[in-house]
Amino acid sequence: MKSAVIVFPAANCDRDAQTALTQMTGKAPHMVWHQDSELPDVDLVVLPGGFSYGDYLRCGAMANQSNIMGAIKTHADKGGAVLGICNGFQVLTEAGLLPGALMRNAGLKFLCKPVALTVEETQSSFTRKYDKGQEIHIPIAHGEGNYYADENTLDRLEGEGRVVFRYRDNPNGSARDIAGILNEKRNVLGLMPHPERVVDDALGGIDGRGIFQSLIEALS
Amino acid sequence: MKARVFITLKNGVLDPQGKAIGHALNGLGFGSVGEVRQGKVIDLELSGSDAEAAKADIKAMCEKLLANTVIEKYEIELK
Repeated sequence: MKSAVIVFPAANCDRDAQTALTQMTGKAPHMVWHQDSELPDVDLVVLPGGFSYGDYLRCGAMANQSNIMGAIKTHADKGGAVLGICNGFQVLTEAGLLPGALMRNAGLKFLCKPVALTVEETQSSFTRKYDKGQEIHIPIAHGEGNYYADENTLDRLEGEGRVVFRYRDNPNGSARDIAGILNEKRNVLGLMPHPERVVDDALGGIDGRGIFQSLIEALS
Repeated sequence: MKARVFITLKNGVLDPQGKAIGHALNGLGFGSVGEVRQGKVIDLELSGSDAEAAKADIKAMCEKLLANTVIEKYEIELK
């Protein structure tokens, strides 16, 4: 599986994603600068976590204006896989590649801790190696992870099996405990927790491996 | 020409910051305060003097960048 990680100024988890992808796929991902306008030939594009553009205006809003976004939209339109982690999820909602928006945590505090999630959906390239209903533990690190969408959109997401991960103990006020969702074509996943931080036992867990193993199986 | 854009959360969208401000005001003894909603003000300086054209431009700016219309609404004031 060939992958690329987009490098935005102040998105500080790009190297975590790079390390996890290298470790999991055996191949270093392309690191693509946000001002580039073309993507290399890859199967997967990762929008990493962090605070692109200092979260100015709204989290993800400025990153969505980057040159590279056009190429990412084209990649997604053609069915290419896109994974948005944390700030990457926020960018994908701003870009309209995923519905809804990420708002300030209900408790107003920045939260940085491991959380328990339920894998709700295994019919996707991102989650096929998990079991449906499986409990996994993945860290979160965000101030704006409170998922919002109108009721119709939420019903639609649930009805179409696009709510992929749910918090077991909702930390941020997200509608219907949503931690991660798919787009309609199921090739774009956004999630607030950081799976790239839990692929190595030395770092406290390996529950994030399933996403990368699923992608490798689906895309290789 | 100068313009001011007000960006606020749509009705029905929860506003945790507004809620916290409301609690703090109540805590300060301002018992009359009920619901509080907060937002942003953006001041723009524009060249040109055609008010209608400016308004159309700013509307496009709001739709493309200044507001996230999934959760926010905007009002434009020309000065």
